[in-house]
Amino acid sequence: MMNNIIAFPMIIPLLTGIILVFFRNKVIVQRIISMISILATLGISIYILQKVLSNGILRLDFGGWLPPYGILFVADSFSMLLVVTTLVVTAILLVYAFSSIPKAFEKMFFYPFLFFLIAGVVGSFLTGDLFNLFVCFEVMLLSSYALITLGGRKIQLVESIKYISINVLSSWFFLLGIAYLYGSVGTLNMAHLSMRVAEVGQGPVLTVISIIFLLVFSLKAGLLLYYWLPGSYSAPPTVVAALFGALLTKVGMYAMIRVFTLIFYHEPQITHTLIGIMAVITLIGGSVGAIAYNDLRRIVSYNVIISVGFILIGLAVSTESALQGTIYYLIHDMIVKALLFLIAGTIIYLTGKTKIEKMSGLIQNYPVLGWMFFVTMLSLAGIPPLSGFIGKVYIGQGSIEAGAFILLGIGFLSSIFVLYSLLRIFMNCFWGETIISVEDEVPIKKGMIVPIVLLGILTFGLGVGVEAIAPYVSDAANTLMNPQIYIDAVMKRN
Amino acid sequence: METLITILIGVLVTVAVYLLLSRNLIRVILGSAILSHAIHLLIMTMGGLKKGDAPLLGENSNSYTDALPQALILTAIVISFAVTAFLLVLAYRIYKETGTDNLNELRGFNDE
Amino acid sequence: MKINDVILRTVTRIVVFIILTFGVELFLSGHNEPGGGFIGGLVLSSAFVLLYLVHDLEWVQKGIPFDFKKIAALGVLLAVGSGIGSVLFGGNFLEQATGVFTLPVFGETSLYSVSIFEAGVALTVVGVVVTIILSISEDV
Repeated sequence: MMNNIIAFPMIIPLLTGIILVFFRNKVIVQRIISMISILATLGISIYILQKVLSNGILRLDFGGWLPPYGILFVADSFSMLLVVTTLVVTAILLVYAFSSIPKAFEKMFFYPFLFFLIAGVVGSFLTGDLFNLFVCFEVMLLSSYALITLGGRKIQLVESIKYISINVLSSWFFLLGIAYLYGSVGTLNMAHLSMRVAEVGQGPVLTVISIIFLLVFSLKAGLLLYYWLPGSYSAPPTVVAALFGALLTKVGMYAMIRVFTLIFYHEPQITHTLIGIMAVITLIGGSVGAIAYNDLRRIVSYNVIISVGFILIGLAVSTESALQGTIYYLIHDMIVKALLFLIAGTIIYLTGKTKIEKMSGLIQNYPVLGWMFFVTMLSLAGIPPLSGFIGKVYIGQGSIEAGAFILLGIGFLSSIFVLYSLLRIFMNCFWGETIISVEDEVPIKKGMIVPIVLLGILTFGLGVGVEAIAPYVSDAANTLMNPQIYIDAVMKRN
Repeated sequence: METLITILIGVLVTVAVYLLLSRNLIRVILGSAILSHAIHLLIMTMGGLKKGDAPLLGENSNSYTDALPQALILTAIVISFAVTAFLLVLAYRIYKETGTDNLNELRGFNDE
Repeated sequence: MKINDVILRTVTRIVVFIILTFGVELFLSGHNEPGGGFIGGLVLSSAFVLLYLVHDLEWVQKGIPFDFKKIAALGVLLAVGSGIGSVLFGGNFLEQATGVFTLPVFGETSLYSVSIFEAGVALTVVGVVVTIILSISEDV
């Protein structure tokens, strides 16, 4: 069976990135090519998503080496939903980048690195092999290292050294886990791993290995081990921060969900309990951080951490409805975190200040921006009909089914902290007497407000039109709950 | 043989941890490089240090070495090479910008 | 700082070609013996680095007027392109082909499509290594 098409969501961004290197000094050409390419990739991904729903899980064996020997790409509904969301968010962020990224950055390979990052993210979602996951992680991380240092301001360099060293260290731990896993079960193909682990039973050794993976992925996702995150997400330019906030932590979460639903699902009272405890501490820490700081970017970064904790409650509970909620919330969070970072960056661009108490009354100068922030706030807090609602409902339902009332209570309590922290921004920055007189007003660029409005429409549309993606999400959750479906799709001979 | 290599890996990890915990940026980078090598060795040991022939086509041999760990290590070496090179360039840029490579002195730039 | 490095200069002039030849040899031998694109590329780039060490930047730039960043990009393009090539012929992504051809000088030779992939790897390695070395040494 030829499924070459499922390699294209990774190959097209990769090729685009390479081609853009040759157009280093032609900024307009770079913009046109990148827009066309991302839209084409998006079209292909939607087609694959459709095909997965009708034909079941697709797989592609690289070079015709049959699993478990070769490396392969596997497209199921879960990964394709995330790929499609990634590409939608990136396309919108590109529009913002066109108007906000300085020309000098565009000539310093901003777009190529962005596309390599996308290739890495998409590759991580699609791969069916643990080592390949490591490689795609590294493609993504290396591009993110380049993006976070782009421009080379002092604060960026100093913040990035923390980000890079912690990520490099966790990459080596990832490799360590891979080495031990290979030593104990002798394979790295995820479906094959799942079979072998089920055969030999998940004894103490395998559980310890699974905790190494938990450690690695929680470093990347910002679960409990998030101390590097607020600093490094507040240093780079707005678009880069939005891209990181929307995508990078999600890749870590995806890997965690995949590994702990497909491979290490035999000892939930150890691993999943641990995830639950870590999620609770993350929620508390994130909430404290979000209300403690006055710096706009820090508040926004701590909101990323809160959502990480909330999403992984779904994994800790691991019932079908909780996993559905996790998937809904992942999709919602990618969109709305990009939106939040864009608005925060735009406010800083317009006022030149980062402390919230120094701003006031912006809604009189920029009404659209103000109301979009209001929508974002409600969406993050989970007010219907916006997109955050459905995910919270399902995660809540799953927790009740599993009797995890502590997780449920803290998860919903954190929503109040999210609301409070963002309300504080809203009251301080948008309400009150305006500080900017009409003649000092910096005009907001069309290229900045359009992506914000687009993302706002998207979060509203996702909330209202949730029926449209419901079949994909329930298929994805079904696959996560029943690893046998995934295994059969990967291991069957054609 | 495996025991010997395992002890060697342990020594390398010790050195790497010592270097990673120091305040000097260059030492941190060297520590991460050494850690990566320790883990490459670990992958190789995990694959089994058999005395087989090279796993290539066209040779008639009874036992072949497991080729997969070597492929993994090659990829991992390339990645660690790229990462280390990037870190070195970054450390150099930080030194140029701030005039120090002591991580303690770099902390002050956090809050402007 | 003016050092009299006449020996180094003279030796380099010959050694560079030996290194380059050895790099190509390693690259070509990669099919049946240890070798291949990655170490071939590393050896090739060591020749360029030696040139940069012995002579100054402008001097080498005049002789080798390439942008090494673009060479790296070209290499990745070649490697990924060879994967897509097999899709065009109806195979799986990254599937490789082999065949035996009779060439005028070499006689009967077996050729592998994986060489194109390896050539891409070699070019990437050369481009990346030289770019890294140059970006560190640029402003010393």
